Amino acid sequence: MDELTSVFIQEGREQLQAMEDGLLELEQNPDNHDNINSIFRAAHTVKRPSGVIQCHFIERCMHQVENVLDRLRNSEIQVSSDLTGLLLRCCDQLSSLMDVLEAGQPDPSADTKAAGDALLVELTGYMAPSAAQSSAMVETEVEIHSSGGGMMITDAWHISVRFGPNVLRGGMDPLSFIRYLSSLGEILGLETIPDAMPPAADMDPESCYLGFEIRLQTRASKADIERVFNFCADDCDLRILPPDSKLAEYLKLIKELPEDDMRLGEMLVRCGALTQAELDQGLISQQAAPVPVVEEGEEAPPGPQIGEILVDNKVVQKAVVDAAVSKQTQVNEKKAVEARLIRVQADKLDQLIDLVGELVIAGASANLLATRSGEGDLIEATSVLSRLVENIRDSALQLRMVQIGDTFNRFNRVVRDVSKEIGKEIELVITGAETELDKTVVEKIGDPLMHLVRNCMDHGIEPAAVREANGKERHGTVELNAYHDSGSIVIEVVDDGGGLPRDKILKKAIEKGLVQPTQSLSDQEIINLIWEPGFSTADQVTNLSGRGVGMDVVRRNIQSLRGNCDVSSVEGEGTTFTIRLPLTLAIIDGFLVGVGKAAYVIPLDAVVECIEQKNLTTDRNFLNLRGEALPFIRLRDLFEVPGEAPPRESIVVVQFAGQRAGIVVDQLMGEFQTVIKPLGVMFPHLRGIGGSTILGSGEVALILDVSALVHAVSQSEEHRLLARPAQHKISAV
Amino acid sequence: MSANNRLTILEDLTIYNAMEQKQQLLDALGQAEHLELDLSQVAEIDTAGLQLLILAKREAARLNKDLDIVAHSPNVRQTLDFCNLAAFFGDPVVISAHEHA
Repeated sequence: MDELTSVFIQEGREQLQAMEDGLLELEQNPDNHDNINSIFRAAHTVKRPSGVIQCHFIERCMHQVENVLDRLRNSEIQVSSDLTGLLLRCCDQLSSLMDVLEAGQPDPSADTKAAGDALLVELTGYMAPSAAQSSAMVETEVEIHSSGGGMMITDAWHISVRFGPNVLRGGMDPLSFIRYLSSLGEILGLETIPDAMPPAADMDPESCYLGFEIRLQTRASKADIERVFNFCADDCDLRILPPDSKLAEYLKLIKELPEDDMRLGEMLVRCGALTQAELDQGLISQQAAPVPVVEEGEEAPPGPQIGEILVDNKVVQKAVVDAAVSKQTQVNEKKAVEARLIRVQADKLDQLIDLVGELVIAGASANLLATRSGEGDLIEATSVLSRLVENIRDSALQLRMVQIGDTFNRFNRVVRDVSKEIGKEIELVITGAETELDKTVVEKIGDPLMHLVRNCMDHGIEPAAVREANGKERHGTVELNAYHDSGSIVIEVVDDGGGLPRDKILKKAIEKGLVQPTQSLSDQEIINLIWEPGFSTADQVTNLSGRGVGMDVVRRNIQSLRGNCDVSSVEGEGTTFTIRLPLTLAIIDGFLVGVGKAAYVIPLDAVVECIEQKNLTTDRNFLNLRGEALPFIRLRDLFEVPGEAPPRESIVVVQFAGQRAGIVVDQLMGEFQTVIKPLGVMFPHLRGIGGSTILGSGEVALILDVSALVHAVSQSEEHRLLARPAQHKISAV
Repeated sequence: MSANNRLTILEDLTIYNAMEQKQQLLDALGQAEHLELDLSQVAEIDTAGLQLLILAKREAARLNKDLDIVAHSPNVRQTLDFCNLAAFFGDPVVISAHEHA
């Protein structure tokens, strides 16, 4: 695939997305004219380059869509949910056509084609008869020959162009087209016609009022010349007279154009199309003639005119536009955006992050050596260096951060479609769309989120009638929230539906043998059963969800991103799924602790405080911290580190998802920038360890998985309370 | 109202600034009998900018005022030349030697 095509696909997809967003918006506010314009612009931006890269199947589809949008814009047809639905389906069709193009197939498959044809038929229903006709005309290519046979008046093309008011708003600069003409040949004469410009008070500086009369000496064909104006073909009045055209044709041109005849005549004389004598003669003879229509014998130089082909200037020919022209327009359209954005390949960024990671490790080792050497200057220099490295690390990671808004906005469409499909009234509320997180995470969070949102709509929200009976509003609400919370990002999927039915879940779980009927479970434990593989409480399986392949997959996906997810639910009021994800996957600020000879890293974001405890009791595993019970866990026991604990132990208090726990270690070694290296394939089931890192000394330190540790601590406490008699030692997780 | 007024346009005469510049030009024209436009700082001019210049010149003629462009940036000069409008504005154009070459 050449570069032009890949750029087109990338930008096309963006525009389709913009179009889809616009259409969804349109459904809400049908009268927002700005919005219709922006949809049209997006559609247009897809269509134009599709012609350039000769992707006709996209161009054809887009053309019809554009026609309908145009009528919408001119208020010839009204916005209806049928129409927006149809246009949305066209968007889908176009994006599948993009897939075809991306796959490098010359033509879409029969299925896709049939779907497209069906859509086109539906679109025709919204089209004015004339529009349908003119679109047909576009297809016919008309070869223009010079009229020939007659007497030569001039030997250059004459181009008469009046730009429509919307050309500038469409992001095009007419002057650049005219300038481009000079690459086809030599511009012998050019006159600017500003006559269409209204008085100063009415003049809109963003509308285009200019026209040009151009004499162009070129060997290019009429099609070539038309191609130059292809990008604004819909929005400009273009007339081209071939070389050797008859005076009559110029007179016809003068008549047809809106400006005053004499004035225009003068312009033609000035730009060298006609001589003064010819003009006088022509106009006089025309005035003398009884009918203003061009007839034989009216012309100054009489000549045989049989078989003369009139230049039908309305015919716009479809043809390849060379890259130069396409570039020109694209540059204009993208100018505003490009000024702020640079596209960079993701793997280049990854490489940068890798290098920064190495830099961090190397910096740590330099730091260590400097401290050991005890030389003040060296220590100072390395500390400045490490501060800079820290800044570089932060900026580099920032580069990978993207707003979650785009991912969220995709759900507007999903909620719309699904709520129509299952006949419920559901509204999507998005908050915190500007929250940023790592690009890799954003990419991978889409599917789990999709599953949760669909679940909420299908199982969570009740049908409108049931809702009313329960004294709720008719339409249900699904909320997507995102916010930052102590070094992780939290995404919530909230619905105000019926909540999770505990009895039903328990019953089902017993049926499936997941729990024993005699087991006593807390409410939270019952709810957590939904994460078990193969679990579904849906009475009936819909095509949305309920097949039982779900929540466990969601959880696994999220866990693979080093995140975790929780569910809380109040029966009758709704369900909240909370997903917690680390901000980044590559580098973190760590807190280095030591047990025995080994070093461990605790993510600094999770650390609340450190306390020192002399002669810690060994018979219980919680302590009184300022009046609160703090469960703790000994790393020495947990990882079965040999040796005796020193008399003074330190406790690092960590917090995760609102729960606190203490981690007992031998010594505290301070902050440490940690590059996370994944554990090898041999240790996928290792719990309590999130990864490894390399210290400045070259030693390996293990990174503690705080969420698993906190979970283990609190769970063992719970178990101890439930299963009496109390067990004294926490079993290793 | 001063008799002479000079307006120096610092930003590009393009569609992005057209709205403000229209007002700027008309205001300046309203305040002076003779307006001198200094376009030497204008790095870029597009169709919208060209239109504005034409509008200002026409408006000046309508109000029986004078509008002269006293300094052109190379781009402005080139554009006016290209559109064959140098005569319409009727201003002396300075072409520096090396530029001409």
